[in-house]
Amino acid sequence: MRVTVRLFARLRDIAGAAELARDVAPGATIGSVWRQLTSEYPELGPYERAISSAVNADYARMDTELRDGDEVAFLPPVSGG
Amino acid sequence: MTSLLAVGVAPLGLDALIAAVSERSGDSTGADGAVVAFLGLVRNHNLGRRVRYLEYEAYEPLALKTFERIAGEVEDRWPGVRLALHHRIGRLAIGEASVAIVTSSSHRADAYAANRYTIERVKQIAPIWKREFFDGGDVWIEGATADPADEAARARAERIACA
Repeated sequence: MRVTVRLFARLRDIAGAAELARDVAPGATIGSVWRQLTSEYPELGPYERAISSAVNADYARMDTELRDGDEVAFLPPVSGG
Repeated sequence: MTSLLAVGVAPLGLDALIAAVSERSGDSTGADGAVVAFLGLVRNHNLGRRVRYLEYEAYEPLALKTFERIAGEVEDRWPGVRLALHHRIGRLAIGEASVAIVTSSSHRADAYAANRYTIERVKQIAPIWKREFFDGGDVWIEGATADPADEAARARAERIACA
């Protein structure tokens, strides 16, 4: 199945793209997509403990299972205001 | 009519937000005794750096949902307070407003507290980021790891608001 990955702020700069399409195995979780990304972009690794994640524009935990067509977002620490 | 909650590139002004929280009808017309208006501005200095400008970005659909969550928390904690919250994104010059928060209430204490609570929660959980362009470089500012379910963080915002 296929998911869309959204990256923001410095995560986007590291990957060089705001949006990526990735094929993932059935049963894939947000966490497994993150691990796939960190192997592609090792500079993302240090963000492991600092990021938040979302599925289809709702905050979701890393163990959330994904479905075909989902939009997964990885969010570095926020700095609004 | 101005939305109570918004994220966008348009410059922010307090007048529209004040009007938005004042749009009451029926029995509640005239019930407000206080309006508190807050603007967060782009500062020309940060951590000893001379700031030239900021660029803000947001995960807009989630930012709006997060604003709705914050509005719900305000309603639970300060029933009857009306809240307008707008955040600007894109490139902002020194002195421009990045965030505008207006609260209205029968009495000033609730309007002040709800206003302060709102900015603290925006900084904790809204998926918005600022990139600082300063003399000599630029850097993404990274603050809090956003976790709306973190009750300790929410309670901290409430303590600050009620101090």
